[in-house]
Amino acid sequence: MIDFLNALVVFANFVFIPGLAYGAQLALGALGVTLIYGILRFSNFAHGDLMAFGTMITILVTWWLTGMGVSFGPMPTALLALPIGILGAVAMALLIDRLVFRFYRTQKSAGIVFVMASVGVMFVLNGIVRLVIGPNEQRFADGERFLVTVRGFREWSGLAEGLAIRLPVVITLVVAVIVVAALFWFLQYSRTGKAMRAYSDNEDLALLSGINPDRVVAVTWIIAAALATIAGVLYGLDKSFRPFTYFQLLLPIFAAAIVGGIGQPLGAIAGGFVIAFSEVTLTYAYKRVLEYLGFEPAGLVQLLSTEYKFAISFVILVLVLLIRPTGIFKGRVL
Amino acid sequence: MSNTQRIISLYGLMAILLIIVGMFQSWTLSLTILNLCLISAIMALGVNIQWGYAGLFNVGIMGFAALGGLAAVLVSMPPVPGAWEAGGIGIGLALLALIGTVGLVMVVRAYTTGWTRKLASLAVAIAGYFVIRAVFDPAVAAIESFDAARSGYLGGLGLPIVFSWLVGGVFAAAAAWLVGKIALGLRSDYLAIATLGISEIVIAVMRNEEWLTRGVKNVSGLPRPVAYEVQLQQAPWFIDLAAQLGMNPAFASAVYVRLSYAILFAIVLIILMWLAERALNSPWGRMMRAIRDNRDAAEAMGKDVTGRHLQIFVLGSAVVGIAGAMLTTLDGQFTPGQYNPLRFTFLIWVMVIVGGSGNNWGAVLGGFLIWFLWVEAEPVGGWLMSVMTSGFAADNPVRQQLVDAAPYMRPLLMGVILLLVMRFAPRGLIPERTAPAMRRK
Repeated sequence: MIDFLNALVVFANFVFIPGLAYGAQLALGALGVTLIYGILRFSNFAHGDLMAFGTMITILVTWWLTGMGVSFGPMPTALLALPIGILGAVAMALLIDRLVFRFYRTQKSAGIVFVMASVGVMFVLNGIVRLVIGPNEQRFADGERFLVTVRGFREWSGLAEGLAIRLPVVITLVVAVIVVAALFWFLQYSRTGKAMRAYSDNEDLALLSGINPDRVVAVTWIIAAALATIAGVLYGLDKSFRPFTYFQLLLPIFAAAIVGGIGQPLGAIAGGFVIAFSEVTLTYAYKRVLEYLGFEPAGLVQLLSTEYKFAISFVILVLVLLIRPTGIFKGRVL
Repeated sequence: MSNTQRIISLYGLMAILLIIVGMFQSWTLSLTILNLCLISAIMALGVNIQWGYAGLFNVGIMGFAALGGLAAVLVSMPPVPGAWEAGGIGIGLALLALIGTVGLVMVVRAYTTGWTRKLASLAVAIAGYFVIRAVFDPAVAAIESFDAARSGYLGGLGLPIVFSWLVGGVFAAAAAWLVGKIALGLRSDYLAIATLGISEIVIAVMRNEEWLTRGVKNVSGLPRPVAYEVQLQQAPWFIDLAAQLGMNPAFASAVYVRLSYAILFAIVLIILMWLAERALNSPWGRMMRAIRDNRDAAEAMGKDVTGRHLQIFVLGSAVVGIAGAMLTTLDGQFTPGQYNPLRFTFLIWVMVIVGGSGNNWGAVLGGFLIWFLWVEAEPVGGWLMSVMTSGFAADNPVRQQLVDAAPYMRPLLMGVILLLVMRFAPRGLIPERTAPAMRRK
């Protein structure tokens, strides 16, 4: 029995909790992608770099705040800086829309032209982020590290294995729940949210009933940029900030949006967790868990090397494409 | 200005730019840029075949180029006999097990239906996975531990490296066929995401599978298709030649080597260009453009749209694979860590869009011009930064940050160029010839 509990604790510590946090971060990113797809009807390749941009502003403000001697008690100072980061990313997103995407909207260009323009935007944001903060890794999590430490847990429970709950993980989950709840309330009950859903369902009908498209598009960018920044800051607090990693997050985020059903906010959340848990469970070495369960595995019992985590998102994506192209929640077919 | 005049004047301008670099910086630099321009032009040609002829948006160019690079290693490096003895059989068995698993899944799928079919094929695939791992893992461990410091991989076939250019094309074509089978026929965004994914995976495999590629330990010292500088400097005929031309032998040998590469690459480019132009102006090319411009109409005329898309996706990727093998040949080493999507995928896109999508001459010019700008952006950007910040003291942190960050001007510049061209000259520098212009000719 004790062995079983130990196995469970190891599993929770190395698979379940990290997967939960990563899933919440992916879900927030995928929500932005899916909203942009639903309203503006293109896959935004600049989303990863928008995340990096918002996170960069947050980091800069965090540095400034800590330089001024401001701190947020046991919480990371970055949370205080987050609103300014969101404002920066929103301003950037609206500026980009005004300078780049609006032109193609009035031209009624093909979807692929939007995608290519987003590639150009990706380049520009990429360059700006590297110009300002450089390509290197930045760690900006301060405050308390752990809510529950390995030793504290061991002493409390008397088990051989410890369970650590890191503060960034808890913050990620709490923030994600609040943000998602607020977003769903907004989409479901507010006038603008209803207008957005109507526009996403049927553009012409929405225009006929007097919905202002510019307003819908602007609100979409505001929400997407805010979500991207929150996702980016949470990811950075949990792991670390590196511009290239944020670019690479694009693939799991797209996979999450498509797996859930693109255009479906609920699907984006489900997809985020599906992708995150598949990545973590398939790349974890189960040797210790199995040992507690009474097996004596020879190797590490790792199904795939961690280098292949992108392959997992991709394989899931392909499977969804082949078996159920609309995704879990019956989104659009790209 | 007619298109022909445009082509002549813009190519002339490009030549002048290279000559200016030769005169003001150095001739070896100019030739180095030229060599990479030629390779970039071939990659841009491959992308243009996919995008310009058929409207397929492939953002996995990096992966196809890396497959070409892998071909260069597998073809040209000498085999490592010890590693083959240690693990060759195991790898062979694993390969057989893989083929067996795939075959078995297909058999199972042919004889069952419904839920049994799904469950049975899943069960066979999982069982197959464990069998493969059981044979594969020890073999890999044996190979990677064999003389790990110098080899630790199986090596290649020891054939002339030029042969690998063809093999690289075949590798890339095979990968493209697989991706295309899955992702073509859906909306174009899917192809973009799928190719982005496959290119990341290809790179992950190359970094990770040390028994095949040495991974991040890199394979260096690939054999060259041209002479080595050191040998030239000792060869009497070359010393005579250098003396007759009045050049320093070291400099002359550097120029000679770069020129030989340039000639080889130019031959490949000319052949591919001739083929691409022939294809574009044939009934097949007209059909491709018809499919691109109005897919539904072409389908109604009885054209097999998905089949043609697959065909052109494979052809374009093969061209990129050839260029990837040539790039690794020029570098003389295979470094999986160097593949970066900005440089190997999105830069090529900028080349095609700026040059003129749908026009091979435009794509090739774009390859030359954008590569030139990419190389020269760093010195020019650094110079601009130091001029802009000259008001600050030399040790001012803002100035130091900006001067250090000058290399990142490159992505910014490329993004701005791409956006500006898409907005204000969406047809590129040398636009596609439209139907009336062709008739007049």
